[in-house]
Amino acid sequence: MTSWLTKLAPKLLSTDAKKNIPAGVWIKCPECGETLYSKDLDKNLKVCLLCNYHFRLTAEERIEQLFDENSFVEMDRGLLPIDPLKFVDSKKYKDRIKQTMAKTKLNESITSGVGKIKEREVAAAIFNFRYMGGSMGSVAGEKITRVIELALKRRIPLIIVSASGGARMQEGAFSLMQMAKTSAALSRLAQEGIPYISLMTDPTTGGVSASFAMLGDINMAEPGALIGFAGARVIQQTIKQNLPQGFQRSEFLKEHGQLDLILERKDLRDKLTELFGMLLPT
Amino acid sequence: MYILEFEKPILALKSKIEELRMQQQTRGDEKLLKEINKLERQTKELEKTTYSTLNPWEKTLLARHPKRPYTLDFIEHCTTEFTQLHGDRNFRDDPAIIGGLCRIDGQPFMVVGHQKGRNTQDNVKRNFGMPHPEGYRKALRLMRMASRFKVPILSLIDTPGAYPGIGAEERGQSEAIAVSLREMAALETPIIAIVTGEGGSGGAIALGVANRVLMYEHSIYSVISPEGCAGILFGDGTRAQEAAQSLRYSAQDLLSFHLIDEIIPEPLGGAHVKPDEALDQLKRAALSHFNDLRGLTGPQLVEDRYQKFRKMGEFAEG
Repeated sequence: MTSWLTKLAPKLLSTDAKKNIPAGVWIKCPECGETLYSKDLDKNLKVCLLCNYHFRLTAEERIEQLFDENSFVEMDRGLLPIDPLKFVDSKKYKDRIKQTMAKTKLNESITSGVGKIKEREVAAAIFNFRYMGGSMGSVAGEKITRVIELALKRRIPLIIVSASGGARMQEGAFSLMQMAKTSAALSRLAQEGIPYISLMTDPTTGGVSASFAMLGDINMAEPGALIGFAGARVIQQTIKQNLPQGFQRSEFLKEHGQLDLILERKDLRDKLTELFGMLLPT
Repeated sequence: MYILEFEKPILALKSKIEELRMQQQTRGDEKLLKEINKLERQTKELEKTTYSTLNPWEKTLLARHPKRPYTLDFIEHCTTEFTQLHGDRNFRDDPAIIGGLCRIDGQPFMVVGHQKGRNTQDNVKRNFGMPHPEGYRKALRLMRMASRFKVPILSLIDTPGAYPGIGAEERGQSEAIAVSLREMAALETPIIAIVTGEGGSGGAIALGVANRVLMYEHSIYSVISPEGCAGILFGDGTRAQEAAQSLRYSAQDLLSFHLIDEIIPEPLGGAHVKPDEALDQLKRAALSHFNDLRGLTGPQLVEDRYQKFRKMGEFAEG
């Protein structure tokens, strides 16, 4: 854990990490059922040593794994959600935000900033799935757009690591419009020849997959990630038949031509360095 | 006949008037004329209050009314020299989205839009206006062509959503929508998008990255269907009416959020009551916005569209 945010609030984050996977205990792999020692699991980038199942990462863990030590500088941390619709379901959206912030110690579903990967500066936006299912509302859309604009201005490559159920219902049409806003910003990036790599992780669906996540110059995914437009339940209800095996998993998408590659976590830094190196020589 | 609950008292009054008129014609009773006039005034008043105070669910029902004017009705009523252009050049022609070149008051336009069916058979063909990826790819192909020839684009939005199916996923529903969003942002021609009925989520905004976005008075534009929202939030899709209250997706809501530019008025009782009148209003609005935009260069139009969407979003910055 190396961001400035850690330095600001070391206690908060360490307790948080503990809650996630307590140090020195055994973790059961949800895929193969193998019991893993959490220190071994951490050392293996939170990938099951037996079956290669990729556990979901928090944005903090992703930053730690992806960037050179102490190199990531977060931006726009002060952007906070408001409740333009005065949305109410089983509870008020306002209260939901408060509870989520208290539970996750996160301000929003996106952490954005600039870090170095093997000395090269890379702009990044990383989803926190734990924050309301990584849903995209106005803040996430704004943070992503700003980090795209920063990549454009500084002519540095961009990576977005998605883990999101899609647009945030509680902000209604404001969330929907973030799809257009972020995609329009990517149109500028593409025209200026700045490479953008989209890494889809488990899960990437709905309004996130149907906007920036599928717009990478290179679209890659972690093994076994759920990626799709519509939820499996909705599809099943609509077509009233069983879904094919492996439906909407990374391997299924690659087979159907929707992904450039599936990449294991351990290879990410090397691969990004190679690809960015060829697309945007420093 | 497809009658909505809130239409019933109005229709009852109207049939009463009709009945009295018949009697009056056969009997020539002067007193009846007065009664008829009184009832007509009452009906008008009732209609005015009913349609200006519709709740979100009633709005939803009107927006989904099966007699609302669709894209093909607009084309038939408001355009000349229409040539429908088919296919995405890769997989097939998706009948849930149509498009083609035409003239509106002499001005060439590329019209693209969702197309629902009028009856069961037609709806099977049109897939209830729910496009597959190839539908979006066709629309984008036509819009890019329009940009090359500096032909303005009119996009008519009316869909429950992009189709959730196996083939749609296999062929990249997400990618098709995403690419449409990105590429529409870069087109160097005026784009006017109008939500005519249901603006269903990603499947709607995929045709909605425009310089001007308008909505019919009784249309909706939402991040998720009220049924879908209720399913997720309450675990019960039948609580859609509650979700409709929360989602704030009426034209009036979106205008108050500054997410759209204008509301196009509908005839009293909704566009389905007098579709030709409704379509004339739509045409007037489209041409008026086109006139505002026609002086802009290609790059200015792209910049105008960028800034329009760039501003969207409500948050605090501490």
